[in-house]
Amino acid sequence: MSRWALRIGTLGYLALLLLVPVGFVFYRAFEHGFGHAWHAVTTPAAVHALELTLISAAVAVPVNTVFGIILALALVRTRFPGRGLVNAVVDLPLALSPVVVGLSLYLLYGRVGGLADHGIRVLFSLPGIVLATLFVSMPFVVREVVPVLREIGTEQEQAAETLGARPMQIFRRITFPAIRWAVAYGVVLTTARVIGEFGAVSAVAGTKLTLPLYVRAEVENFDTSGAYAASVVLALIAIATVVVLRAFHPREETG
Amino acid sequence: MAGITVLDVTKRFNGFSALQDVSVVIPEGSLTALLGPSGSGKSTLLRVIAGLEEPDGGHVMIGGENVTQQPARSRGVGMVFQHYAAFKHMTVWDNVAFGLTIHKRPRAEIEERVHKLLELVQLEGLAKRYPAQLSGGQRQRMALARALAVEPSVLLLDEPFGALDARVRKELRAWLRRLHDEVHVTTIIVTHDQEEAMEVAGQIVVLNEGRIEQVGSPRELYDAPANEFVMSFVGPVNRLGDTFVRPHDVEVGLEPDVRCSEAMVERVVHLGFEVRVELVREDGQHLLAQLTQEQVQQLELERGQIVYVRQSRETVFTS
Amino acid sequence: MATESITVAPPLAGLSGGALARGVAMGYLSVVVLLPLAALIWASRAGGLGSIWDAATQPEAAAALRLTLGLAAICALVNAVAGTAIAWTLVRDRFPGKGAVDAVIDLPFALPTIVAGLTLLALYGPGGPFGIDVAFTRTGLMFALLFVTLPFVVRAVQPVLLELDTEMEEAAASLGAGSFAIFRRIVFPNLVALAFARAVGEFGAVVLISGNLPFKTEAASVYIFGQLQSDNQSSAAAVSVVLLFISLGVLLAIGGIRRRRTRHDRV
Repeated sequence: MSRWALRIGTLGYLALLLLVPVGFVFYRAFEHGFGHAWHAVTTPAAVHALELTLISAAVAVPVNTVFGIILALALVRTRFPGRGLVNAVVDLPLALSPVVVGLSLYLLYGRVGGLADHGIRVLFSLPGIVLATLFVSMPFVVREVVPVLREIGTEQEQAAETLGARPMQIFRRITFPAIRWAVAYGVVLTTARVIGEFGAVSAVAGTKLTLPLYVRAEVENFDTSGAYAASVVLALIAIATVVVLRAFHPREETG
Repeated sequence: MAGITVLDVTKRFNGFSALQDVSVVIPEGSLTALLGPSGSGKSTLLRVIAGLEEPDGGHVMIGGENVTQQPARSRGVGMVFQHYAAFKHMTVWDNVAFGLTIHKRPRAEIEERVHKLLELVQLEGLAKRYPAQLSGGQRQRMALARALAVEPSVLLLDEPFGALDARVRKELRAWLRRLHDEVHVTTIIVTHDQEEAMEVAGQIVVLNEGRIEQVGSPRELYDAPANEFVMSFVGPVNRLGDTFVRPHDVEVGLEPDVRCSEAMVERVVHLGFEVRVELVREDGQHLLAQLTQEQVQQLELERGQIVYVRQSRETVFTS
Repeated sequence: MATESITVAPPLAGLSGGALARGVAMGYLSVVVLLPLAALIWASRAGGLGSIWDAATQPEAAAALRLTLGLAAICALVNAVAGTAIAWTLVRDRFPGKGAVDAVIDLPFALPTIVAGLTLLALYGPGGPFGIDVAFTRTGLMFALLFVTLPFVVRAVQPVLLELDTEMEEAAASLGAGSFAIFRRIVFPNLVALAFARAVGEFGAVVLISGNLPFKTEAASVYIFGQLQSDNQSSAAAVSVVLLFISLGVLLAIGGIRRRRTRHDRV
């Protein structure tokens, strides 16, 4: 009996909190027909915002992936004084308010007027947005790769070394094949985070709008159809992300 | 094929001395065991020879060449690990061919060599399988083939049979001996199992707490141990104060004798042909005696029986 | 495992490679994370250390902080319980469509916070289909925080419950009790801490539905943003530093708990 109560309770809670809100966005977006929604999401501003979002993702995701792998290798495979502290720093973006992140970037690059003098604009343009998304999405690849690296141990790599392989060969033929699923999973998580980032980007973007920022702008302009339409696009990307995630990492088995 | 000389090698980990001024010569073509308890430094020594660890002091020479500064990949060593270190995502064939592939050998050569090696280790039919589909013993044979593929001058085995069950271990020991007779590569095997060392190796290096206690043939170690540690470690031993007595040097008789002490039989353990008799002397000292089936039958030994024992041979170590 | 416990993971295929990787990694971390945070701390000191205190204890800031911390704490606890219950259901129970439910939990992870905020506003705000209107109220703020922290908790609890599950089936109940104790003393506080940290920092989900009424429904993150927009940089920085230290504190607490737990597992 209590099992049923628990079941209904939890499912109800879930429905109220998750399913219904998201479903409702779809409803509102398509309330006045598909054409209307399409129109709302293909305005120049919306398209621009989508472009900006995708471009920043195209830059941030590969960068975070490469450095994430290097960071994971450094953490697990080298002797690291202060490893605990570095671990905390890596986890920090997960626990830190995105607005604080954005503000930090704003303060760093706003006062460093020297950069602007050399024609490198960071704030209020793509580099700033990329840096903000790099900050907040930094942990994902690292955290996925570290436990896998730890688990596979170094024996295979040592064996490869005795057989004559150089470090890059070892990485390419032995290490990477072992971590590639963890990397893939991390990439998907990173992508989702980068596309959806709102708080940090808000602080550094100025008048430029990524798609999430566009949503807020539309709400403030009382143009709800634009906001809903853009939200649907983002929600679809999110759902696609979840689907891909589960394909990589079915919850039943241990990673 | 090459001999190995280790000279005054020292290695520390975080203040812990794993190896202290270790020097030893491994003759070309020999099968040498590095024997010692956990933490004795034997694995560390092996890894220093392999080039996987850099010593804090001393030199390593392989084939007369000082390789101390060289990384593992250029030393020409083949290594086999306790937990196989199989490349899980590659087939058996690719595993064995790995070293050759890295050295960019021509396709035909690789094919021929891998084929021959798989035959040598009796894994011919399993070339397309993955390591996960093999038994422990098969994986280790694959690891050996893989190590031999690059024609190393030295073959290093780090507790290669430790992860296998007893029967497979025995089989592979004999197999390794035969393989060595055929291939004649200078081989070093690390083990904590003295029986394994005695059975397999021509020369044994006994290590304890980072130092070499003795180097010699199995016979030398057993008959003429250099100190207490070697005597206790290699073969069973009775310790009576400062005196050491081998169980087979404990004579058991039914007749009292002025040279004998009285003792009671606590337990008679039949281990196949030999029999271990656990005794307790009247002064409370426990003793182990090793007798043959025949002797036990003759004496009609059984639990609780009173017998008379004496040591036919004793060893005392000075200093 | 290596029989000699001193065998540490050796340097990355040659010491030079390891040092390089370390250097690159640290450089990256510095540029992306540490430098901006340093700038933040520096800016907050602009008016002297005392000014941090002043800025943070300003009535509006203090109100925002109190509100945020309080609500985050409540929400963390509520979701810790609810999340555990949900995870329990997902792990132990079998019912049709369970896979779909499991997938839904992931959604808030991937959904941009602003979209979450929008949907909550649409549903539970003015003109919402349920006739509920909690916009501009603390309840609305609560909803938003619950939304974003729930999946954290569920996903964190699930693997532990899976472990517990197999353990309990294999071992006797007496051993199971040990695992449960671990869960209670270590995993649970971990969850609450993480959910709390997330809730404290949340911005996108709350900025729409809460209405951001100063002293009433203004979250700390929104306050900071507002200060930034009004160009009160040092004030924004000061309150940010408070949040930063809360986050750090939570992380170190979790790290300490985690270290205690995995003391027997060595790398």
